[in-house]
Amino acid sequence: MPDLHKKTRKLMLEHWQLYLLLLFPLINLIIFKYLPILGLQMAFKDFRVSKGMWDSPWVGLKHFQAFFTSPNFWAIIGNTVTISLYTIVAAFPFAILLAIGMNELSSARARKTVQFFTYAPYFISTVVLVSMMMQMFDPRIGILTRLLQLFGYRGDNVFGSATAFRHLYVWSGVWQQTGYNAIMYLAALTAINVELYDAAKVDGCSKWQRIWHVDLPGIQPTIIILLILNMGYIMSVGFEKVYLMQNPMNLENSEIIATYVYRMGLINSNFSFSTAVGFFNSLINLILMLSVNKAAQKVGETSLW
Amino acid sequence: MIASTLVVLYPIVYIISSSFSSANAIISGKVWLFPVEPNFNAYTAVFKNKQVLGGYMNSIIYTAGGTLISVVLTIAAAYPLSRKFLPGRKFFTAMFVFTMLFSGGLIPTYFVVRNMHLIDTRWAIVLPNALSIWNLMVTLTYFKTSLSEELFEAATLEGASDMRILTSIVLPLSQAIIAVIGLYYAIGLWNSYFDALIYLKSSDKFPLQIILRNILISNQADLSMGADMVAMARRQGMADVMKFALIVISSAPLLMVYPFVQKYFVKGVMLGSIKG
Repeated sequence: MPDLHKKTRKLMLEHWQLYLLLLFPLINLIIFKYLPILGLQMAFKDFRVSKGMWDSPWVGLKHFQAFFTSPNFWAIIGNTVTISLYTIVAAFPFAILLAIGMNELSSARARKTVQFFTYAPYFISTVVLVSMMMQMFDPRIGILTRLLQLFGYRGDNVFGSATAFRHLYVWSGVWQQTGYNAIMYLAALTAINVELYDAAKVDGCSKWQRIWHVDLPGIQPTIIILLILNMGYIMSVGFEKVYLMQNPMNLENSEIIATYVYRMGLINSNFSFSTAVGFFNSLINLILMLSVNKAAQKVGETSLW
Repeated sequence: MIASTLVVLYPIVYIISSSFSSANAIISGKVWLFPVEPNFNAYTAVFKNKQVLGGYMNSIIYTAGGTLISVVLTIAAAYPLSRKFLPGRKFFTAMFVFTMLFSGGLIPTYFVVRNMHLIDTRWAIVLPNALSIWNLMVTLTYFKTSLSEELFEAATLEGASDMRILTSIVLPLSQAIIAVIGLYYAIGLWNSYFDALIYLKSSDKFPLQIILRNILISNQADLSMGADMVAMARRQGMADVMKFALIVISSAPLLMVYPFVQKYFVKGVMLGSIKG
């Protein structure tokens, strides 16, 4: 045993440069990721800025109770989960279709071109995306508003509608992400054994038959794994896009956990309460991530690490 | 196939066309696909705006500086952690990975930044989220799988120190992965506005996305001024065209770089997916 320790220490001393290198990211990690975890105790206190974190009084689960019993609780959780599920369900068929379509293109040049145009939206920032939406749905000059009106839409402020919020959010997401999502499916498609294609040809399959019987089953594991992993993110809808699309009129359907934490914490200075909500959210996410990872491991051979 | 490409393309084409059209055409709704009465008026107006220019400069600073810091930190973590013999390697890797699963949340992080006196400084944009664990994992995988042990053994036999190995062997061979993570960091930095939103107060430090948000979405900053009715209508239309122009110029840098880095981009997604 002493031998092992001596060997370890020798290794460590020998490679001091590696440890020195590691020190810098480690410091960044500790300061900006682990110190805040320590700060989670704010959720259990009545935080007073004047007293600082360590001297503020303990109040136990008071803030958590306040959150669970608040009238907004179900609406906020509901919005978050609904948006997530809606996004997942809406996005994956299109990504698969796109991947299959791209796979069918015989010319590499055609494929590159399609790739080029469908990935491009990914590079557009959230601010630009939402601005584009607002311009195109503008009550006065919006070109898509005009289109909707052709189909009998009576109202004029799409962004003010609470019910429209989800659809706007999800479908703009589909527009932006489909190209990116398709990459994985495309990779899986190209990994399908060529012999299966040859066999299908010999059997006289039409193109659609081949897609149905060879392509889809071939990427089925990928689809399932991705779906499972996506479920792990159900409670963590991102802040940026929702916040930009929010306004007082659509708030009942657009307030999600992340924006609620922001509003309560940094706008209303309700620090302890906001920390408690955030803590709750992080905890749920952790449980979800661990669970879906276990599930994905059982189904396939891959997981997050 | 064709349909989907068109659907994706159309909004982009529309916006670009609108930005080159005249103000009146926009108001009267004549623009569907191609520019109507094309001119550069919107663009000249936008480029004259000090806020926009300032935001552009800031974004360039944040993106360039932040990407540099992030890539350096990522390699500084990935290289040691890729060396299988290093004592404590599993422990440290776990420390990094854990932060992907659980975090302190918005308020505690805000207070850490505040206590470090970084509020309203440029460092608040590039430091707190400098290290993306995702990118770290991708780099780590790359180091572990693409750099053969023989290379290291040969170098060590010749008496090379760890740092020497890094600079002479690892870095030159890692250009592809550096391009990939550099690209991802750059995209993230250029496009994000959240950190700036919560940490910055002085408008001279605002990145382009915040300026954009104020002009395009919150309608706070006014690109046009004056109270004359007719002039206002014209300026209102002008404001709309300028919004279109603004959208174009802020996306332009990334979209122009995109064709050149397309292959790296796809590679990055694949590498990331190998791990997960």
